[in-house]
Amino acid sequence: MASTERETLLDPLINNNPIALQVLGLCSALAVTTKMETAFVMSLAVVAVTALSNLSISLIRNYIPSSIRIIVQLTIIASLVIVTDQVLKAFVFDISKQLSVFVGLIITNCIIMGRAEAFAMQNPPLPSFIDGVGNGLGYGLVLMLVAFMRELFGSGKVFGFSVLPLVTEGGWYQPNGMMLLAPGAFFLIGIFIWVIRSIRPEQVEEDFHVGALSEPGYEGSVR
Amino acid sequence: MQHSTGYIIGFSAAVCVVCALLVSGSAVSLKPLQDRNALVDKQKNILAVAGLMSSDETLSADQIQTLFEEKIRPVIVNLETGQVDSETDANTFDQRSASKDPETSQPAPTNASKILRIPYDGLVYEVVKEGEVKTLILPIEGMGLWSILYGYLALDTDLTTIRGITFYEQGETAGLGGEVENPRWKALWPGRKAFDERWNVKIQVKKGAAGPAKDDPYQVDGLSGATLTSRGVTNMIRFWLGPDGFGPFIAQLRDNPRWTSVKGT
Repeated sequence: MASTERETLLDPLINNNPIALQVLGLCSALAVTTKMETAFVMSLAVVAVTALSNLSISLIRNYIPSSIRIIVQLTIIASLVIVTDQVLKAFVFDISKQLSVFVGLIITNCIIMGRAEAFAMQNPPLPSFIDGVGNGLGYGLVLMLVAFMRELFGSGKVFGFSVLPLVTEGGWYQPNGMMLLAPGAFFLIGIFIWVIRSIRPEQVEEDFHVGALSEPGYEGSVR
Repeated sequence: MQHSTGYIIGFSAAVCVVCALLVSGSAVSLKPLQDRNALVDKQKNILAVAGLMSSDETLSADQIQTLFEEKIRPVIVNLETGQVDSETDANTFDQRSASKDPETSQPAPTNASKILRIPYDGLVYEVVKEGEVKTLILPIEGMGLWSILYGYLALDTDLTTIRGITFYEQGETAGLGGEVENPRWKALWPGRKAFDERWNVKIQVKKGAAGPAKDDPYQVDGLSGATLTSRGVTNMIRFWLGPDGFGPFIAQLRDNPRWTSVKGT
């Protein structure tokens, strides 16, 4: 693999992580991370959708009229998400029942639209596909980390296997119920972003003040 | 790049056609698998409410179907007369589609569960062990807070002791009303009594905590933060055990138990 391609794939994992740096896709990151199993299937679904949407949008990028490009991207993404949902329902029914609406909500996951618009519209199919896989993996990595902590401390399990025996089942571990609620995920993602930015201070945004946008020469990040 | 209006319309039409083919193709080709999954899931719920399978047990789809066919017998009941209808094939009958079809259902009287139509025939399940019926499983459905809950209530052959409850389809708030699927809450049901001495439905989900089944047989703990879902569960049990639901069937069984007559089948 050429070095640029490796960079495209690996960059979104830590350096340019969609959740940690770009702060995208938090809604589903809170919802599906109480168990590693659901988080894993969700990650796979997002990898599949980002990769395939980037690929197909990149293939037709030179033919898409720019006036309707967003709706064309959305049509393709929505179709891919529906197909993914159908596949999950057919092959992993129990998990798709737990993921419920969140598979459908991949459509609104900003990571996918963001990569289609920012990368696939300007780049050839192969790098776009790799960029999609990379960003999907970056999202999945955070999902799995958060799910690992939440499942371990919230229900004493890892991937459904008991690690810390619970008091209710005759063990010694009193589970932390907050981990299973949405705030648990908020704290974990917050801590995760904090850790990454302490190691890599260059990821910290410049202070944004009112009026900055209208100042000449402002090139701060607006997301 | 500037494009003509014709090109833009043509392009969007082409994208739509391709996407539509992709979506409908996958939906149609995966339908048989999905239907089977839904069926197995329903059978799993029936086995669980019958106490034949614990919720953390994992069985393959084939094992579930075999166990279901071995232990569970579907029976069609005429809701108005309470008589068993042995002419219709119970294996192909679907109560949910029957209650939508105007030919097999009638408008329901106004009820708290917001059930609009009731079918002429209901589909109940009997748990058969060594030729004897051990448990009766009745379908229940009704409005919660946001959604219609679909589930099953299992009764002992004394027709009042509850053996279990389960919901296989619901869209209540996850973590609040969605806790109707929580095994710990479901475990509060077995041993409680559905009817009082004069055969009026008395079981209810109360606000707050109920006592143990022995001392407080007619009440079940409410789901905290989900008053309307809890009330919905009470309403639907009252409806389906009442005169518009399986009341006549249960009355028939009290006078004339089927349990002995089905021996050896």
